[in-house]
Amino acid sequence: MSNLNVQLSSMMLDNPIIPASGTFGFGYEFKDFYDINILGSMVLKSITKSARFGNDTPRIAECKSGMLNAIGLQNPGIEAFLEDEVLKINKIFKKKIIASVAGFSEEEYVYVAKKFNDIEIVGMLEINISCPNIKKEEGKFFSSEKNIYSLCREIRKVVKKPFFIKLSPNTENVISVAKAAEDAGANGITACNTYFGMAIDPRNGKVVVSTKKAGFSGPAIKPLTVRLVYEIFENVKVPIMGSGGISNSDDVIEFMYAGATATQIGSQNLINPTVCKEIISDLPKKIKKYNIKSLKDIIGKSHY
Amino acid sequence: MKSQVVLKIKSNIKLAKNIFLMKIFGYIENLPVPGQFINIKIENFFLRRPFSICNFKEDTISIIYKIVGKGTKSLSKMKPNKSLNVLYPLGNGFDLNDVEKRGKIILVGGGVGIPPLYFLAKELKKLKINFEVVLGFTTYEESFFVKEFLDISKLHVASIDGKIGKKGLVTDILKEISHDYYFTCGPLAMLKAVHKIGKEGQLSLEERMGCGFGACMGCSLRTSTKVKRVCAEGPIFKSSEVVF
Ligand SMILES: Cc1cc2nc3c(=O)[nH]c(=O)nc-3n(C[C@H](O)[C@H](O)[C@H](O)COP(=O)(O)OP(=O)(O)OC[C@H]3O[C@@H](n4cnc5c(N)ncnc54)[C@H](O)[C@@H]3O)c2cc1C
Ligand SMILES: Cc1cc2nc3c(=O)[nH]c(=O)nc-3n(C[C@H](O)[C@H](O)[C@H](O)COP(=O)(O)O)c2cc1C
Ligand code: FES
Repeated sequence: MSNLNVQLSSMMLDNPIIPASGTFGFGYEFKDFYDINILGSMVLKSITKSARFGNDTPRIAECKSGMLNAIGLQNPGIEAFLEDEVLKINKIFKKKIIASVAGFSEEEYVYVAKKFNDIEIVGMLEINISCPNIKKEEGKFFSSEKNIYSLCREIRKVVKKPFFIKLSPNTENVISVAKAAEDAGANGITACNTYFGMAIDPRNGKVVVSTKKAGFSGPAIKPLTVRLVYEIFENVKVPIMGSGGISNSDDVIEFMYAGATATQIGSQNLINPTVCKEIISDLPKKIKKYNIKSLKDIIGKSHY
Repeated sequence: MKSQVVLKIKSNIKLAKNIFLMKIFGYIENLPVPGQFINIKIENFFLRRPFSICNFKEDTISIIYKIVGKGTKSLSKMKPNKSLNVLYPLGNGFDLNDVEKRGKIILVGGGVGIPPLYFLAKELKKLKINFEVVLGFTTYEESFFVKEFLDISKLHVASIDGKIGKKGLVTDILKEISHDYYFTCGPLAMLKAVHKIGKEGQLSLEERMGCGFGACMGCSLRTSTKVKRVCAEGPIFKSSEVVF
């Protein structure tokens, strides 16, 4: 066993490096850049029941130390995903993947989640209840502990694989939503999705992204999400995946000290397609330098 | 094969008002084709900036860019020998299959949409295909590469200020010269006007990009057949699939 491996729910990962949903396409966009089989696993773009174009463009904006996106869950829909994409992924990725599920009602989530039961390559699910780029009324549903509890109960009834709940950082009750998910049978928590943000072009006063409000990600959000992971760790027993502003091996180690069992790399993949490879090759040197015997030993260590 | 490489600036010179020609060189393993672009990392900016490949020779890639904001401003200040992290070659080139059967071919470029057409013109010349070129500029001060195109093609120029070529728009010229097939790149209004003429052709489109290689879905657009990513299935689109 290497000193990078971690046990994430039912998945034994070679390392805790996992590209985040929506920032890694369906994997094969990266195969020219490196052999993606070195990754711990990967989370694919969120899948909904029907195909979605997403929001109008521009749906990307540049920010200091980060970016805004308002993709709006563009995806081919579950049927097309299972028919076309799974085969392609199977050809290039030999490990288990994490499938991301999104929806607009409890029924839709359950419908999509269930479809992955017999898909061999899917090791577990991540339930994205936190896309900031959907309509307000649709989004509201997911900030209520009661609704999340019910959603997780329903998913638990039909889904055989472990599932994580990916939280929104944009509600005041992040911790209690995490607890509700755990109580209802979620196997883990992903903390967190993007933060609500906005950019206005000073040259003309126009809001840059078509939806106006968009999701802010990148290095600038790291301290905000480290704090969330730290607090969630104090309140739940299930494993946590940290996602927010990670760009190097030090960031990974920081998240793990805060309580993450594995870490997701998001926006950084877009501007440096080999970032995950660089982190994986740098981690052994870093933990040696910091006198860490095995990476799993530091999970949540900052709390003790 | 796409790759991430560190190349060096060979030269970075002003061609016209706010318009620069930058040559970057290094070990170029994957040869680009006309219509493809590169995505440049500029220090102090989070996202990369995409630019069409204007020319390619042995170990050197050229781009022509216009200063429109902070990123391109910063690019214009860079000196020779500085290293640049570049993703390339991205997107698909112009489809030149059966190009010899297309009848009379015309290349239509406007402003900083002109650069990829220069690379294309050189390629068509190499393939011994006859073609004519129509370039449009806003003003004489912003015109560039007229001599370079004259050297390799039959050229028509239009400018809005009338100080170079014919006063007016490229579409005014297009109405006067017969053609069967076009390749075009330029401002959206120009692309729409060329498309509207109704001949068959290929258009190079732009969209804000998060990555440039298909990972983020930031640059998607609806075509007549399906949703496509400008960076991955484009930036070149057939006239029949473009919906404006
Ligand atoms: C495939 C492709 C090829 C291109 N080729 C050329 C070229 O050969 N020559 C040239 O001068 N320009 C080209 N552009 C446009 C060029 O990328 C933008 O002008 C440049 O990114 C502006 O950066 P900025 O920081 O100066 O502007 P800002 O307005 O400060 O940029 C803010 C953000 O918006 C994006 N952005 C701004 N304008 C555009 C635009 N027109 N298209 C896409 N993104 C934009 C920037 O990349 C950045 O993320 C091309 C664009 C694309 C998509
Ligand atoms: C372009 C883009 C698209 C995204 N799409 C999704 C998505 O479909 N589902 C999801 O759960 N998260 C999505 N996210 C959020 C990321 O997975 C990640 O949680 C977030 O960006 C924070 O991490 P980062 O700072 O490392 O980018 C997206 C992020 C970006 C930048
Ligand atoms: S810019 Fe990311 S998919 Fe096209």
